[in-house]
Amino acid sequence: MKPAVQGEILVPGAAGEGEALVLTAPISFWGGVDPKSGRIVDVRHPEYGETISGRVLFLPGTIGSSSASAVLMELVHSGHAPTALVLHEPDPILLLGLIVAREVGWQTPIAVRLDSARFAGFAGSQAAVSQDGFVNMA
Amino acid sequence: MTLALSPEEQAIAAGSNGAGAAMAMRIVADSARLLGAPRLIPIASAHIDGALYHGDSGTLFAERLVEGGARVAVRATLNVGALDLMGCSRVRLEEPAREMARRMMEAYRRLGCEQSWTCAPYQAGHRPAFGSDVAWGESNAVAFCNSVLGARTNRYGDFLDIACAITGCAPDYGLHRPENRIARLVFDVSALPAGFMASEIAWPVLGSLYGREVGNRVGVIAGVQKHPGDDALKAFGAAAASTGAVGLFHIAGVTPEAPDVETALGSTLPEATIRVTPDMVADAQARLSTAEAPATIDAVAIGSPHLSLAEFDALERLIAGRRLAVPIHACTGRHVLSELERSGRRRALEALGVVIVADTCVVVTPILASTTGGVLMTSSGKFAQYAPGNTGYSVLYGSLADCVESAVAGRPVFSEALA
Repeated sequence: MKPAVQGEILVPGAAGEGEALVLTAPISFWGGVDPKSGRIVDVRHPEYGETISGRVLFLPGTIGSSSASAVLMELVHSGHAPTALVLHEPDPILLLGLIVAREVGWQTPIAVRLDSARFAGFAGSQAAVSQDGFVNMA
Repeated sequence: MTLALSPEEQAIAAGSNGAGAAMAMRIVADSARLLGAPRLIPIASAHIDGALYHGDSGTLFAERLVEGGARVAVRATLNVGALDLMGCSRVRLEEPAREMARRMMEAYRRLGCEQSWTCAPYQAGHRPAFGSDVAWGESNAVAFCNSVLGARTNRYGDFLDIACAITGCAPDYGLHRPENRIARLVFDVSALPAGFMASEIAWPVLGSLYGREVGNRVGVIAGVQKHPGDDALKAFGAAAASTGAVGLFHIAGVTPEAPDVETALGSTLPEATIRVTPDMVADAQARLSTAEAPATIDAVAIGSPHLSLAEFDALERLIAGRRLAVPIHACTGRHVLSELERSGRRRALEALGVVIVADTCVVVTPILASTTGGVLMTSSGKFAQYAPGNTGYSVLYGSLADCVESAVAGRPVFSEALA
């Protein structure tokens, strides 16, 4: 086990682990991720065809629609959300999906902030984010 | 920076105005904390993008607000829903999703929102005053509201928009603050041929290039000789907000906060200047299409954002009474539909093969025929961006004139390339 890095907690939530999915380009959740399955459906995105469901998702940024929050909340509700989210910077739209889901009473994955320069090291490995915001590589 | 809530705001969050208002206030406050906003500020209006069905979770949230007795405190127009309540087009949303989508639209009506159901509220009589603070959702509406009207809004995500409308306030952050509205970069189009700049595809193509180049930064477009009109600015903002995270753009000599480049830059030096070349434009135009030289097309879709009456005039002129070989799905709002009906133009267009889509659009809900390997032609930079992921169709981008000629012929017809 390599040493953990401390991420800043953006939205508290359940600790999560899974295969890391490091996105290499910003994504629009709406129109880019299927809200029913978590699969990346934007044909122009470099990680097209991958699924974010059950993964520790490393996000360099988001673009596009203001419905990103709705897509993420739907993934939480249907059980297809990432197990944890690691963002380069707080995303005012996407993370609303977690804030609102918590308010409604659904269990949400944790979201933490980490410099995207550290993302690449996690690509292809098992990753885990603890409840106190530590990002680990298995 | 920590968020300071007023005693009244704290009381509302604790339930003094009911459970629905409390939930809304907690969502606004949690967002404000996430963003590092020091306080909440009053808003004059809202435009709500959250009433579009993406799954049951959004319906359950809206109904929770209704059950909690929440009502909007400010004018709140609604963006598109997942159903065509006017009955113009057939939405192939199956039960039980259809019933959940209907319940969602009903819940937002009961919260006191206006039944506008359009992504172009600014062409349906909702134009907030210059300098006023508002909370708008829907990326194209945000871009237009900030940039063309000069009202101040952030890119409000689904659910925060309705929470702000209910509380009547929003986090003091981002584009609400004058210092964040200053352009940091220049997007110089002065090297582009006048013929291209006057063409209809100029603004959606430039928008998609602009969004990709600037991301979430504020820029000023320099070198525009004449005001291109609201419909062109609408197309530019929509395309830019789909390829980037554009909430505000300035166009020197055109938009209200940019009488000239220097003013838009706040009299500081730009961090970068992007000098747009004809090659960059040709590349951006090519990237709008995903279909590779198809022999035929299956449908045309226009109206993202929703078509204005002037755009219907142009459509009618271009069709010139000819029968279409493949349908043109023309997406619009009730504000335009009522005019088309009054003048009998709706039936005339439908008789030629135009499918008018009201209250919704073809990339947010299943309306296009279910097919594999279908090709959709569009004049909208935003449809071009989202149709492949949301409909499964590959897209072919062209001007409205080319879209109409192609719909008449049933195969791609392109006039001479302009770029």
